[in-house]
Amino acid sequence: MEGDSSPFFSPETGFDRLHGGIPHTFLVTESPDRYLAQARLLSSNGARLLTLWSESLPAIRAAILLREGLVLLSLSLPKDAVSFPSLSSIFPPAARFERTIHDLFGLIPDGLADLRPWIDHGLWSHPPLSHTPSPLTRLAQGMDYPFVRVRGDGVHEIPVGPVHAGIIEPGHFRFSVVGEKVLRLETRMGYTHKGIARLFRGRNLPEAARLASRISGDSAVATSLAFSKAVEEALDIEISEGVRFVRAILLERERIANHLADLGALGNDAGLAVALSLFHPLREAMHRINLSLFGHRLLFDSVVPGGVSTGLSGAMIETLLLENERLQAEVSLLERIYADHGGLQDRFQNTGILSPEVAGRLGIGGVAGRASGQGWDLRVDHREDPVHRFAPALALDHIGDVASRVRIRFFEIFESLRLTHALLTSFPGPDICATIPDPPAPREGAGIVEGFRGEVLGWVRILPGKILADAHIADGSPLLWHALEASVPGNLVADFPLINKSFNPSYSASDL
Amino acid sequence: MALASSFHGSLAIAISLLQMAFVLFLAPLLYGWIGTVRAILQNRSPAGILQPWRNLVRLFRKEMILPEGHSPLFLAVPPLFFSIMAVAALLVPFLGTSPPLAPVADAVTLVGLFSLARFSMAMAAMDLGTPFGDMGGRREMMVAFLTEPATLMILFTVSLWSGSTSIPSILTSFSKGPLPFHPSLLIAAMAFILVFLGENARLPIDNPSTHLELTMIHEAMLLEYSGPLLALMEWGSMQKLLLYLLLGIDFFAPAGIPRTFALSGLLEGGILLLGKLFILGALLALIESLFAKLRIFRVPEFTALAYLLSTLGFLLHFVLEG
Repeated sequence: MEGDSSPFFSPETGFDRLHGGIPHTFLVTESPDRYLAQARLLSSNGARLLTLWSESLPAIRAAILLREGLVLLSLSLPKDAVSFPSLSSIFPPAARFERTIHDLFGLIPDGLADLRPWIDHGLWSHPPLSHTPSPLTRLAQGMDYPFVRVRGDGVHEIPVGPVHAGIIEPGHFRFSVVGEKVLRLETRMGYTHKGIARLFRGRNLPEAARLASRISGDSAVATSLAFSKAVEEALDIEISEGVRFVRAILLERERIANHLADLGALGNDAGLAVALSLFHPLREAMHRINLSLFGHRLLFDSVVPGGVSTGLSGAMIETLLLENERLQAEVSLLERIYADHGGLQDRFQNTGILSPEVAGRLGIGGVAGRASGQGWDLRVDHREDPVHRFAPALALDHIGDVASRVRIRFFEIFESLRLTHALLTSFPGPDICATIPDPPAPREGAGIVEGFRGEVLGWVRILPGKILADAHIADGSPLLWHALEASVPGNLVADFPLINKSFNPSYSASDL
Repeated sequence: MALASSFHGSLAIAISLLQMAFVLFLAPLLYGWIGTVRAILQNRSPAGILQPWRNLVRLFRKEMILPEGHSPLFLAVPPLFFSIMAVAALLVPFLGTSPPLAPVADAVTLVGLFSLARFSMAMAAMDLGTPFGDMGGRREMMVAFLTEPATLMILFTVSLWSGSTSIPSILTSFSKGPLPFHPSLLIAAMAFILVFLGENARLPIDNPSTHLELTMIHEAMLLEYSGPLLALMEWGSMQKLLLYLLLGIDFFAPAGIPRTFALSGLLEGGILLLGKLFILGALLALIESLFAKLRIFRVPEFTALAYLLSTLGFLLHFVLEG
């Protein structure tokens, strides 16, 4: 089966470098034509673009996910390069990643028509990560961002944000509406840009690991796990079975807690305030157990390269099993309440439909993808130890409305609870952390995990002395903003918060 | 004789002032009561029945930040809105069936006053040209275009018993004896509940406690107000809620409203009234805890239902009770 459909994964490419890991391969080229050809070939094989970034070598890298595994396509650029070929005609979401590269490095994406700034808000005198000290190649646009104008009778714009009425992350949404109906939504991000790429450079491993778990607060386990897997691959570190179990448990805990929060918030945004006070105490209880067992409410720094910071004891397993049982009972009750609430279902159904065709074209994965017929789940698709021992089930729906995304979240909570229970009861112990060797030469590695939103990718290049040359961590949020923009038109302005919440992209993980 | 009439005049003024003071003082407390019950029903710890009063005091002490480009209209509307509600408090009988301003206490006048208040608020919201103000004003008018006629139909239905739209005479016609069961009044009461929820920006029409600016109706109109002006708007809205409840009590549960302003009757009637308001406030909190917010284009269906019911009540009177 692998023979003709996947020219990227053969025994010769040596993809499966880690025992029991998710297959991935590095494709490095210096030829722009070959870079484009490979991307086209991948796309025709049904691949999805996860993220695209530039590193200091200089090189452009694209993380592309195939059914069989992950391909890291990289184009090495000469030191004096001024441009690189754009993948936006092959993978539409590449455009904003390439505009980010344009803003940060001053490299021009060839073939990309839309060269508006993305991460730069008109305040930078020069590209901050530029390889050459050349001035900015485009005119500074100032704070006025040229949104796409929609013209017509009665069309007007509603600007929302970056400061919102609630305590949420900053982002700007520009609606073109006729009356209550949205014709077009354009997002403008970059308000939480922290310069993560620059912050990683030159850090030692412990510092970099701390940074990795702080990319997006709700995905601390997923981002630090992706980072750790990348480091472990780069340095050829073998992970003990016990550690793999603890990591899998932590990852599922994070998923359950976030799904609970999202479900509560979805009810609240539909005007059912009691939903918030039913779901959030469950999540809060999980946070408190996290704090007492693992030392941090949001599990920051619980996963480190080579292992985990806190192992599991018998007493801890008892606590977690009790919590598991309680959650199972409570969430079953809440699921019935949601399903039986006519008013709530009326708000959820047929709202914010992301059709399977659009989801496929944008390459949306995770909860949003699975709600729109995109059956991708790293835990299900790959035989990664230890989760595959317990046969994780795929949540899949084909309607793609808010109700679908609610159903997927409920399904995944139950599945995660089942997996956690199984992992806890068959915990092999002991969870010994590996020692981290010093690489004799620069080494690189990548890791990918199924976070609560979707795939989270980690990539590192480590220099001798265990210092990071470059690192990149990406969750699916930038793609989810595309999904949101695609699913809002045709809906009512007043339904936007509900649709937004049902995707729940991270601003912080998008802006990096 | 002259002495008597001047005594009568000053008594009338005293009673009117008492009635207004009652509404001004009680309206925030009723809000606090609804909030308290809501919090308890929703597993939250309540801030207490005095919280709206604390909020008002805080807002009155705060500085006022005026948005750029506001016109005098923006400044004039909050006092106007507040005064309209205070005047309306004189027209709705609740301490006695015939308040001193009885001759002008016409139900149609009252509906007109509420319309004027709404109109001025929507104008002020649109004054600045901000998208949220426009949106709020627009949506408010969308809710109103059917709740207003529905309110009128309800008034006509209840006035069929007295043959007059004057509220005191409606009340007098009701208080002649214990009411037998009247289908037309039952239907009108159902319509009134729907109108009440729409007019006062409560769930399932509007969510008074949301932070989501894109979903707001009433709150969107107030977004640019701050400090004392905001306090006037909020206090006015609280009065409006209380007045609607008092109207509902007048029409559909008038038992126990004293006919004259005697001190003994006042006390007894007042306690009974408070009891009714307590129950109605708790019921409102229950409704708001059980229902999700309607999709905004379902709101016209909701208000159309209110109008339909009110018309049905009106017709039923002739079919079944005539």
